[in-house]
Amino acid sequence: MFTDVEMCEKPDVVSTPYGSTSILRIRNLNVFTEDHHILKDINLDIPKNKITVLLGPSGCGKTTLLKCMNKLTDLYQELKVSGNIFIDEDDVLHSNSNIPAIRQKMGLLSQRPYPLPMSIFKNVAYGIKLQGVKNKSLIAETVERNLREVGLWEEVKDRLHSPGASLSIGQQQRLCLARGLAVKPWIILADEPTSALDPISSKIIEDLFRNLKQKYTIILVTHILRQAVRLADHVVFMNFGEIIEQGKPMELFKNPSTKQLKEYLVDGN
Amino acid sequence: MPNRRIFIDKISQGWMIASLATILLLPVIIGLALYMKANPLLEQQSLSTLLFSSEWLPSQGKFGFWPFIAGSLYVTLLAFIFAAPVCLFAAIHLTQFASKKLIRWMYPVIDILAGLPSVIYGVWGILVIVHFISDILAPFFNTSSSGYSILAGGIVLTVMCIPYMLNMLIEVFNTVPIGLKEASLSLGSSYWESVKHVVVRKSFPGIISAFGLGIAKAFGETIAVMMVVGNQVKVSGNPFDAGYPLPALIANNYGEMLSIPMYDSALMFAAFLLLVIILSINLIFRYLIHKTTRK
Repeated sequence: MFTDVEMCEKPDVVSTPYGSTSILRIRNLNVFTEDHHILKDINLDIPKNKITVLLGPSGCGKTTLLKCMNKLTDLYQELKVSGNIFIDEDDVLHSNSNIPAIRQKMGLLSQRPYPLPMSIFKNVAYGIKLQGVKNKSLIAETVERNLREVGLWEEVKDRLHSPGASLSIGQQQRLCLARGLAVKPWIILADEPTSALDPISSKIIEDLFRNLKQKYTIILVTHILRQAVRLADHVVFMNFGEIIEQGKPMELFKNPSTKQLKEYLVDGN
Repeated sequence: MPNRRIFIDKISQGWMIASLATILLLPVIIGLALYMKANPLLEQQSLSTLLFSSEWLPSQGKFGFWPFIAGSLYVTLLAFIFAAPVCLFAAIHLTQFASKKLIRWMYPVIDILAGLPSVIYGVWGILVIVHFISDILAPFFNTSSSGYSILAGGIVLTVMCIPYMLNMLIEVFNTVPIGLKEASLSLGSSYWESVKHVVVRKSFPGIISAFGLGIAKAFGETIAVMMVVGNQVKVSGNPFDAGYPLPALIANNYGEMLSIPMYDSALMFAAFLLLVIILSINLIFRYLIHKTTRK
């Protein structure tokens, strides 16, 4: 599928302005459909243990960028992807054989929750079972720990074997987060994770993100300016498939250097 | 003009209810009519004799329907065993792995297969399947067969069922949201694991429903099966032997030999039986769908 791509040289280790190294490095990423250039020459370094917010209007390519990061673009035959995305030593886009292992380094939280068609317990156990864990007590322990981490344990401990879909939508989203955390990812890819949730559930998710960044790197796609202000350590503003500006949120929002971001900020406020 | 609008509202509601009632009443009316026509036979002979006796001697007043029931069940079972896995895997491949081009190409093929008249399948069965069984398959299993057999009926029925089942299964798999697959892949599953644990599991009620509708359709299929199944009244476990399914009995004999007492009633009873069995198959599958949906 990616025949038009030449393999890139070893990833360069880049330190970010946040005193941490970058955990994910995107180089010359381009995504096309037959008649549309969706992402144009994206070069981006994601700082470790920070919340990076991909901000921009709908249709600017944020979600596509996020899906490139763990190669979910494979599911969309119409997309042609070129470039390199490095996590650790692996190039995500050119690792066909160990792509399941690479994907496990990146938990996904999508716009609306998709609980797998199985019980709450099995939803969380799914990933580690795929890793080959068979020890039942270890699985039970992992399930409990991760449900506690997202604050869901007390709410579901008496009905662990009910279907995941029986939970409220806010609980489902936390279940999806717990299930992603269970495989010990490095990064959490969150694609407008609060867009289908009520304000209280949204706040719970945002609070969780603030806590989780101690241990994980979070990449959050959003078009809600206030959410970006509340959560971001690093903001990447995108428009029409390009990165327009990026930087620390306060600097960026106070002194936008491009007209596009200025307009977005004015409209957003 | 509020009065006029209320009037139109009432009229249109009435129409809708009347149309719905007609549709709902139709099977009841058909069932009742068949039952009443079959009633003389039911009054004369016990139900268990009619259902489970193998003696079919209309001129002596002996009507045992077991050979026909068994023949129908056998042919349908064979068709299901052949068609179900083929359709399931083909649908999984088409919806989960194949290129969009192939899918675009497959739809007209499926539509053509589904639209072919039954009699064409029958002719194809006689020309190809019957010969294949008598000349190749039967000798291979060290047996002899005229080719006109339960197996021929089963194979022809399989081919007829495939487009229906496949079409339904493709629809079922297409309704699985892509977000579910993304979730499963992100948790480190391979493509096949996602299909097995998520896509198939999510589609389970739909798969059962597709199978159920396929079986119900197969059970009532008449012309093509009648042309290749041999139409001999006997009960045999050997698929190389001829059989005589219920629909073939009705189609072959109605309008003939009606001078024999009770023969008319017997054929009506066969039709009633067919209706009841297909209804039962549908109910069983409804129950299975209900069971699997709740999980």
